[in-house]
Amino acid sequence: MSSDRDLVVLGAGMHEWGKWGRNFVEYGLVAARAALADAGVKWSEIEFVAGADTIRNGYPGFVSGSTFSQALGWTGAQISSSYAACASGAQAMQSARAQILAGFADVAMVIGADTTPKGFFAPVGGERRDDPDWQRFHLLGATNPAFFALNARRRIDVFGDTVEDFAMVKVKNSKAGVNNPYARFKKEFSLEDFAGSPIVSDPLRLLDICATSDGAACVIICTPEYAKKKFGTLEGAVRIRAVSNTTPTYPQVRLELPDIATDSNAVVTPPALGFKDSIAHNAYEQAGLGPEDISCAEVYDLSTALELDWYENLGFCPEGEGAGLVRDGVTALGGAKPVNASGGLASFGEAIPAQAIAQVCELTWQLQGRCPGHQVENAKVGLAINQGLFGHGSCTILSI
Amino acid sequence: MTTTERVPAIEGWFTTSEPYTLIGAKCTTCGTYVFPPRGGTCPSPECEGAELEPTPLSRTGKVWSYTENHYAPPPPYVAADPFEPYALAAVQLEAEGLVILGQVAKGVMAADLQIGMEVEVDLQVLYRDDEGVDHWIWTWAPAAGSHTAKNEKGDA
Repeated sequence: MSSDRDLVVLGAGMHEWGKWGRNFVEYGLVAARAALADAGVKWSEIEFVAGADTIRNGYPGFVSGSTFSQALGWTGAQISSSYAACASGAQAMQSARAQILAGFADVAMVIGADTTPKGFFAPVGGERRDDPDWQRFHLLGATNPAFFALNARRRIDVFGDTVEDFAMVKVKNSKAGVNNPYARFKKEFSLEDFAGSPIVSDPLRLLDICATSDGAACVIICTPEYAKKKFGTLEGAVRIRAVSNTTPTYPQVRLELPDIATDSNAVVTPPALGFKDSIAHNAYEQAGLGPEDISCAEVYDLSTALELDWYENLGFCPEGEGAGLVRDGVTALGGAKPVNASGGLASFGEAIPAQAIAQVCELTWQLQGRCPGHQVENAKVGLAINQGLFGHGSCTILSI
Repeated sequence: MTTTERVPAIEGWFTTSEPYTLIGAKCTTCGTYVFPPRGGTCPSPECEGAELEPTPLSRTGKVWSYTENHYAPPPPYVAADPFEPYALAAVQLEAEGLVILGQVAKGVMAADLQIGMEVEVDLQVLYRDDEGVDHWIWTWAPAAGSHTAKNEKGDA
């Protein structure tokens, strides 16, 4: 089914997620060396380095492509450095993929790493009165969890979800994450644990909201020809079927982080597909696949309730019925559509520029059957999806 | 009656004397609305309008969703010490087709709100600066005559 435009994931590597406060480059180097070893490629053979940027680690974070290139030893490789909030890793992936598909390189490294401060994510420093991110914090105190909570409240009041449904997402993901060596939180939570968890932004409790973490992830991608030369065959190769980086279509009528207001639908009719639906739709189109083909998915569970949204956006169920999938175990390991078999952000916490790449690492290993303890049986097609601030949606589909 | 000039926490987003309204912008070509107000070109990709003019928005709207902050937001929010939880509401303005987020009037909590409830624009002090000057912000307050309490609410 794969076409010659479907690149190959040659290797994947990660640094464990945690909270140590060390230099992000240190984590990135561990992930890079692990991915190179997994691919059987020497650093000096890499022709293109796509870095996913971090904005909380000074200048080196803004030029991550060159930062990691220097750390690994200058080779004169071509580079890019991308920032797209939570979608930064997917943006770096797209950059490397486009470079290879354009014929400018045969093999590339995609890398992201982060070191995060404690507590709520706050805007970067300085008084920037015309920055919507600064405005929402200064004028409203509208933190990220507050936005997650507005969304969760809609699910309760409009769809009839309960806070127990949300908690079940964490219970499911934490169970899977216990067996993932790269996850930060290896503790299995129960519904009972939620009663003692403080409310952060009503109706969400601390346990409903993903933490911020340090971590790093890296993949080596290449042309099918390069992979064939390396292995002698493309049998069993993990193929990149789609990388879609999508913007909303005007008017965007769903209130999304970090906006204080939606677009207006007074004059222009909203598109048939909402933004988050379109992120998945575009990737399905690119891959020539649909929701029925997906063996497992990694979705951005910034909050427990958001994971339920993704089930609907991915077409795993109609709008408003996401909670049924977690209640019935459909999205648990062993269910028909396992979601976040890695443990998800619930078990990782978010390391922004590394997270979308970590999703690709997880899917790669799932398709290769290398996830003892959290393996999705017979996984053939994996999908990763996330949404960055300011309308940066990303979706990646891999198959074997 | 003497009133001292109210200093808005942000310039040009709302009126500081009655009747309190938010101020948006409207495309002079196609008539679509924008909030926060801004200049520049129309946000609609199909419209070539290059002029947005300030316009007062509807004073009342319906709650689209709401939440309650239980932890002090980080700077640049100026949090009271000790921090008191407060509610935020996203409110739908029907005529303008916008949903606009705002703090809910002090003392009105999540338990007092429900989706679809009618609210109106009011003002309150967001913070007092080091010189003792109060900085004002718009709020969503239960509209006169609307039900402010829920009959029932889950254990959320």
